[in-house]
Amino acid sequence: MLYFFEQFLNGIQLGALLFLLAAGLTLIFGIMDLVNLAHGSLYMLGAYFAASFAERTESFLLGAVLALAATAVVGVLLEVVAIRRLYGRDHLDHVLGTFGLLLFFNELVRLIWGPAGMTLSLPSEMLNAVEVLPGLFYPLYRLVIIGVTLGVAVIIYLLIMRTRLGMLIRAGASNREMVGALGVNIKLLYTLVFGLGAALAGFAGLMQAPILTVQIGMGENILIAAFVVVTIGGIGSIRGAFVAALLVGLADTVGRAFVPDLLRAFLSESASSSLGRALSSMMIYLVMALVLIVRPEGLFPAAGR
Amino acid sequence: MSSTGLASKKTWRLNAITPRIVINTALIAVLALVPLYTALTGNAFTLTLFTRIVILAIAALSLNLIMGFGGMVSFGHAAYLGIGGYVVGILAKEGVASGFVQWPIAIAASALYALVVGALSLRTRGVYFIMITLAFAQMIYYVAIGLDRYGGDDGLTIYKRSQFGALLDLDNRTVFYYLCLVLLLAGIYLVWRIVNSRFGMVIQGARSNERRMRAIGFPTFRYKLLCFVVAGAMCGLAGALLANHTNFISPAMMHWTRSGDLIVMVVLGGMQAIFGPLIGALTFLVLEEGLSRVTEYSNLILGPFLLFVAIAMHGGIDGLIAGVRRG
Repeated sequence: MLYFFEQFLNGIQLGALLFLLAAGLTLIFGIMDLVNLAHGSLYMLGAYFAASFAERTESFLLGAVLALAATAVVGVLLEVVAIRRLYGRDHLDHVLGTFGLLLFFNELVRLIWGPAGMTLSLPSEMLNAVEVLPGLFYPLYRLVIIGVTLGVAVIIYLLIMRTRLGMLIRAGASNREMVGALGVNIKLLYTLVFGLGAALAGFAGLMQAPILTVQIGMGENILIAAFVVVTIGGIGSIRGAFVAALLVGLADTVGRAFVPDLLRAFLSESASSSLGRALSSMMIYLVMALVLIVRPEGLFPAAGR
Repeated sequence: MSSTGLASKKTWRLNAITPRIVINTALIAVLALVPLYTALTGNAFTLTLFTRIVILAIAALSLNLIMGFGGMVSFGHAAYLGIGGYVVGILAKEGVASGFVQWPIAIAASALYALVVGALSLRTRGVYFIMITLAFAQMIYYVAIGLDRYGGDDGLTIYKRSQFGALLDLDNRTVFYYLCLVLLLAGIYLVWRIVNSRFGMVIQGARSNERRMRAIGFPTFRYKLLCFVVAGAMCGLAGALLANHTNFISPAMMHWTRSGDLIVMVVLGGMQAIFGPLIGALTFLVLEEGLSRVTEYSNLILGPFLLFVAIAMHGGIDGLIAGVRRG
C-alpha cells in the first residue's frame, strides 16, 4: 500500500511536469495552429540555463529565477525572428521548420556547454526526506516540485479562465479571425502566448534539472510525451491538458512499477522483465491510441474546431 | 500539378521537355554513374553514401505517396524501416539467410503493421493523425528495445547479408547499389502509375475534399487504407535494404527523429512530385555529410537551412525547378 502511494506521488510529479510542457504546447497549437517540435529545446535550455546560472551565482533560487527569465527571452526572440513567419502555413512546413530549430538548438548547446552533460546540485536542506505517511519517506525536493508545479498550474488556470488576457487567449483558440476582426492586437497576443509557453517549458526543465542529468537531447523524449498529453486532452484545451497530464503521468509510473510484477505471475523471469520493460514504456502511447480510437478529437475538444 | 502525368498522355513534342524532365533524367544518369566514379577514383565512401541515399529515397518515396498525394501525414514512417530491418536481422540470427524468404516476410510484416495502424489511425484527422501514427511508431520502438534476445537497446549486428544464391551477391557493393537503384526506379514507376490511375485520382480527391469524394460514392476509407498499406510495404522493403547496407539493426533506426528526417526529405524535395523524395533525400544527406566535413557543428547550418526552406520555399526544390508556386 505504501509502495502504491509512493508510486502515486511519482505519477503526480511526472504529470505536473508534463502539464507545464503541455500547457504551452496546447496553447501554441490551439491558438497559432502551430506544431512546435522545438518546444523540447526550450525545456532543455531552461535546464542548461539553471545549471550554469546556479553555478555562477552559487544560489539555486537565483539561478532558477534567472533561467526562467532567460528562457522566456529566448522564446520571445524565437517567435519574433522565426516562428512568426510560419503561422498560417501547412503543418508540414511547421514540422520542417521547427525540426530544423531542434537540430539548431541541440548543436548550439553542444557549442556553448560542450557535449558532456551538466549537473545542478540542490541546496542541502532540499536533500532531506520527509515522512509523508507513517513509514513512507519521500524526498523533500520531489514534494516541492509537486507543490510548485501544481501552484503554477493553478495560476495558469486562473490566468486563462479568469483574466482578460486569458479570455483573449481562449477566444483566439476557438476563432482566430474573429478575435483579429474585433481589433485585438493578434501579433502581440501570439508573441505573449509563445513567450509564456517558452517560460513554462523552461520552468519544467529547470525544476527537473536537479533530478536528471542535464544533457543534449533531454527535451526530445519528453516532448513526445507532452504531445501525447496535448493530443489526449484535446488540442487547445488547458483543462484537457491538465487531466491528460495527470492521466499520462500516472499511467507511465504505474506501468513502470506494476506491469513487470504483473507479468511475472504469468511468464518466466527473463521474458517478463523484457516484455515488462517494453510494455511499461508503451503505456502512455497505448492510452493515447485507445483515447483517440474512442474519441478522435481527444477528451476535451476545444469548441469551434 | 502533375504535369509529368499530363505530358505523358499527349504526344511528345519538343516543348514538352520541361526543366524538370531534364533535371530528373540527369539525376538518374548521375546515380547510374556513381559506381563508375568509385571504380575510377577508388573512393568507396561515395558509393556507401549513395547507397544510403538511394535506400532512404525509397522510404521517402513511400511516405510521399501517402503524405504528398494522399494527405496522410504519417509521423511514424521510420517504424517500417525498423520492421523491415528487424525481420532481416532476426531471421539472419535464427539461421534463415535466404533473401527469398527474408524480403517477402519483411514486406508482408510491414504491410500487416500498416494495415492495423491504418485501420485504427484513419479514423482521426489532421494533427490527431500525425500524433497517433507517432504513437504507434513509438510502441514499435519500445518493443525493439525490449527484444533482449536481439540486442535490446544496443542493437544487433548482422553477420551475413541476405543470400540470393547465384543470382545476386549482395556482398559486392556495386551489385548491391544497382539493386537498390533498380528498386528505387521501379518504386518511382509504381508511384507514378498509382498516382495517375483511377485509384490514385480517388486518393488525391480525398486529400482535397474527402466529404465530396464520399458524397459521389467512393468509400474513401478503404482507398486510403490500401494506399497506406502499399506505402508501408514499400518502406518495409527499404528497411530490409537498410539492414543489409549497414549490417546492423537497432531501435535507433525507429527513433521519432528518424521519422522526422523522412518528412524533411519529402517536404524538402517537394511534395506531390514524383521525383521529389529522391531530390530531397539526396539534398538532405549530401548536405548533412558535406557540412559535417566543413565544421564540427554542422547542424548550426543545416537547422536554419531547413527553417529557411520551410519559410521561404513553397513546393520544395521541385517547386523551384518547375517554377510553380504551391498553395
